[in-house]
Order: sequence, then C-alpha cells, then structure tokens
Amino acid sequence: MKIGVCLKQVPASDSRIKIAGPSEGVDASDLKMEINPYDEFALEEALKLKDAKIAKKVVVFTVGGTDSEQRIRDALARGATGAVRLDDAAFEGSDSLGVARILAAAAKKEGVDMLLAGKQAIDDDNSQVPAMIAEILGWPQVTVIDKLEISGDSFKAWRQSGGGARDVVTGSLPAVFSADKGMNTPRYAKLRGIMMAKRKKIPVQGASDLGLDAGSVGSAGAQVTLSSWGEPPARPPGRTLEGDVPGMVKELVTLLRDEAKVL
Amino acid sequence: MSNGILVICEHDGGAFKKTAFELLAKAKSLDVGAVTALVLGADSGAELGGYGADKVVTIAGDFSRHLTGAYAKAVQGAIEAVSPAVVLASASAEAKDALPRLAARLGLGLGTEVTELRNEGGSVVGRRPVYAGKAFVDVNISSAPALFTVRANSFGVPESSGGSAGVEALGVAVGAGDALTAIESTEAPSSSVADLSEADRIVSGGRSVKSKDGYDSLIRPLASSIGATPGASRACVDAGYAPHSHQVGQTGKTVNPSLYIAMGISGAIQHLAGMRTSKIIVAVNTDADAPIFQHATYGLVADMFEVGPLLKQELEAALS
Repeated sequence: MKIGVCLKQVPASDSRIKIAGPSEGVDASDLKMEINPYDEFALEEALKLKDAKIAKKVVVFTVGGTDSEQRIRDALARGATGAVRLDDAAFEGSDSLGVARILAAAAKKEGVDMLLAGKQAIDDDNSQVPAMIAEILGWPQVTVIDKLEISGDSFKAWRQSGGGARDVVTGSLPAVFSADKGMNTPRYAKLRGIMMAKRKKIPVQGASDLGLDAGSVGSAGAQVTLSSWGEPPARPPGRTLEGDVPGMVKELVTLLRDEAKVL
Repeated sequence: MSNGILVICEHDGGAFKKTAFELLAKAKSLDVGAVTALVLGADSGAELGGYGADKVVTIAGDFSRHLTGAYAKAVQGAIEAVSPAVVLASASAEAKDALPRLAARLGLGLGTEVTELRNEGGSVVGRRPVYAGKAFVDVNISSAPALFTVRANSFGVPESSGGSAGVEALGVAVGAGDALTAIESTEAPSSSVADLSEADRIVSGGRSVKSKDGYDSLIRPLASSIGATPGASRACVDAGYAPHSHQVGQTGKTVNPSLYIAMGISGAIQHLAGMRTSKIIVAVNTDADAPIFQHATYGLVADMFEVGPLLKQELEAALS
C-alpha cells in the first residue's frame, strides 16, 4: 500500500505575526517556518503504518516554493519514502479548493491508496482541504481523528463529534483522513535519515504535469479572496485588583456580577 | 437568481442550539433578503420565526449521528430548493467536516469560523481570525451561494420576539447510500459540560497546577461551580495533567466564551491566540509580569491555590 501525506510549511506556533499592510497580508520576512504541527501527526501515522508493514511507501505532497524543500527533507529524514513538490506560477493565489484540486491531482497521479493530512494548517486555520480532496477523488473522509486502524482495505477511525463524544467511523479504502493532536507522538529524524534525505531528489510538478486546467487553480480559479488584513481588535485595558486574597476574591465576584454581568 | 440567506439550524433531538438563534438574528440583520432556516431530521422549527426566520424548511431522515455524505447531500438539496445567496452554519464539528466537501462538489467558496459578517453593497463579507487569532482578515466570496461557518458566541443570543414561521418539508431524499461511511459506535463524552469551542464559561489551568491531582482538585471543581468547561494550557497538557481535548491555544481549541478564568497561566503567545476573543478574561498568577495580565479584564496577582477554593465559595454564593 502507498500512503500520501499532505504537508504544509507554516510559521512556528510561537511566532509573532506582523501585518505588512492591509492588502499585503502577513510579513513573512522574519518568520521561522516548520512543518504544520497537525501534518506532523499525519506523517507519523503514515510512518507507523509503514513500520507495521501495512504500507510499503509514504509519499509527501507539498504545495509550495523552493523554501518548503527543507520541510520536505525533514519528512524524508523521518522515513517518508518519496515526495513531490507542487509548484507552478499558475498555483499562485489558490484558495482552499484550488489547493485541494492540486493535491488531489497529485495523489491520483502518484496512485496512492489513502491520504493523511493535518486537520488544519495553523496559518489559515481553514480546515477545508482534506474534505475537499476527498470529494474531488470521490473517496470517503473522516476528519479530525485521533486513532486509526487499517485492516486490509477496511478502516476504523475515531473522530471527535459534537459535545465531546467520539464516533467510531468505519468504511473502505481509498479514503482521506485528517489528524488531530493526540493521535501519536511524532518522531525525530535520525542522523542516518538526515544524511540520506540530503541526497534525495524532490521532483517538482506543475499544472500541465498534473493535467490541471490552469483556470481551475490559482487566482483564476479562486472563489475566495482575502483583504483588509489587520491586527486583532485591541482589548479595553483591564485592571489589577489590590488587597489581600479574600478581599480580591470578593471584589472580583462583585465585578463579574455587577460590572461584567457574566454571572 | 440567488437570494436571501439559508441558515443551518442545529438541534439536539428537536431542541435548538443557541447558535441557531444567534445565526438567525444575524442573518436577519444583514438585510439581504429572506432568511430561511434549515432543520435536518426534525419536523419542527416554527419558533425559529421568533429569532428572524421568515420560513423554515425541513429534511426528513436520521441525522442524530453525523455522517458526512448524508449531511452534505441534505444541505445540497436545500441549496437547490431555496437558491440562497449565502449559507450560514455554526462552526460545529459536523459543519466543518461536511461543508468543505459540499463546497468542492458545487465549486463554492467557503469561509471558516468567521466572527463578523456584514452587508457590503448587497453582498455578505465575513471577517475571521487567522494564525489562531494573531491576525484578522476579510473573506470575500464570489460564488453563489457563499458559504460561511461562524464561531459560536460571536454575536450573542437574542431574545425571541415570540413570532413563528411556516414550516415546509422539502422532498430531499437522503438514504444510506449517501453516507460514504458508517458509525460503528459512539463513545460517550467524559463529562456533560459544553465542548470548549462552544462553551460560554471556561476555567483553565497552567502547568503550575503541578500534577493531575492539582488539576482535578483545583480547576475542575472551580469550573463546575459555575457550569464552566475546564481548559488547560499546552504546557499543562504536555505534562500530562489534563487530557489534550482540554487544550486551549494554537494547537488546541480556539475558544470564544463570555468568561475565561486563567489560573496559573503565564500567557504564552500560542495560548493567547486561542482565547483572546473571550469577552471577559480573569487572570490569576503569582508573577505580576506574566503576559496574561496585559490581556486580562481583571487581574489578581496571587497564588491560585489560595484563590481557587475561596473563589469557588464566593461564586457559588453569588449564583445561589
């Protein structure tokens, strides 16, 4: 079996985000990039299936420029057997559906039997691409899972449903899964893996390689455009309570009830 | 011609969720045509007229457990029947799972977890947090309909005007073949409190609770005294003191409660990102320089182990 893993590079979760301007968006100049944390859970799950001999190959798909190669090499160093970088001027300005079309086409071309992705990327926070890929490929999906079992071509996946309950979802491969935190603990790359990953060639594919109509991706295909980037709304200044602990606690509860009116 | 707004109104066995009322009232105030409430799996909803629905449409079937394919097929049927310019849904686990799939099927634009909606020259524009709330951006959608999921508690729950709306059953057939997957079983939630992402009150603990016992004896009782959902910082979760389902922040849940009480949380940027839209923030920390105090409505520079039991007592007295 061959597993595809969708992997995106994002600013590290402890990054300060600066806005370059209302239409420019985020100032990326000083940002330290890493693999999207949820994609790391997806990759780890695929590698575990390879360790268990359920999968033979784990292929990483990344939509991104040459600056994302370091993240792809990190994935190869951890044990991915191959990777494809998806890059084309025609991809610029893609919305989630555009990105899903690119990834779906790449997965189809590669002939994977299932796809794993993170439940969301921690930059756009869209949580859209995995389900969109599933629809485009006509595969079932189970999103936001924290446990997965594969047996032959059947799967069993545990997903958070509303109100804290967990559904045990069953179905048949091929399918798309999106990973939540708690699914596993991602491994670190070993030195040998890092050395091997350095020498690996990372093929690049564009719209024509994937048989994609350039009008269906990038700005040309986008139904969603973003504008008016800004900082979070400022919070009104708060106040620090004074006095001994019992006094502060009494004052706090009075404020919560009479001023904030949240009790 | 697409017109008006279709609002997916979630319910538990016929009892509508607060988010349904919140979305209907917002839809009405946007003033872009008729507001139609969509109710899946229940033959009711006349009372939604009191919150802004001009009309209620229902689709029969068993939607008590979420199956992606069935949900997507039903909403697709409603869109075809109503031809709305905008579809609004709460950013629930169900809508966030199925609406992207439907968006791909119909070639529609989707805005995830918007916290603002406005009418700009007749079209509806959303605004939403990105980078877990470290930045905000407008979402402009050119497709008809435009799809939006909306973060709970963004607009507040209105009072009913007491009005009612006509209910019409749509002839959309959703069968087992549409499901794509099956649900073998459902594991019950570990507690009966609201999910963090929908909670109106949250009490969170940091790593300084020192142990799982510390979390269970300090944070949980304080939370339950005001019907709040317990939360935790990443450090607290990574140390094993609270389960990861409790984590608030960039790699946990993003929350939007009326009241957020942060106990012993310093306020790392990735935690602030997940809770900064809370209406009222209370911070309790011994370190007066902790970043959390810059975001707190009310700050107490004090030991949370001393504050916790007293606060629980006072809150219980205030609520009784």
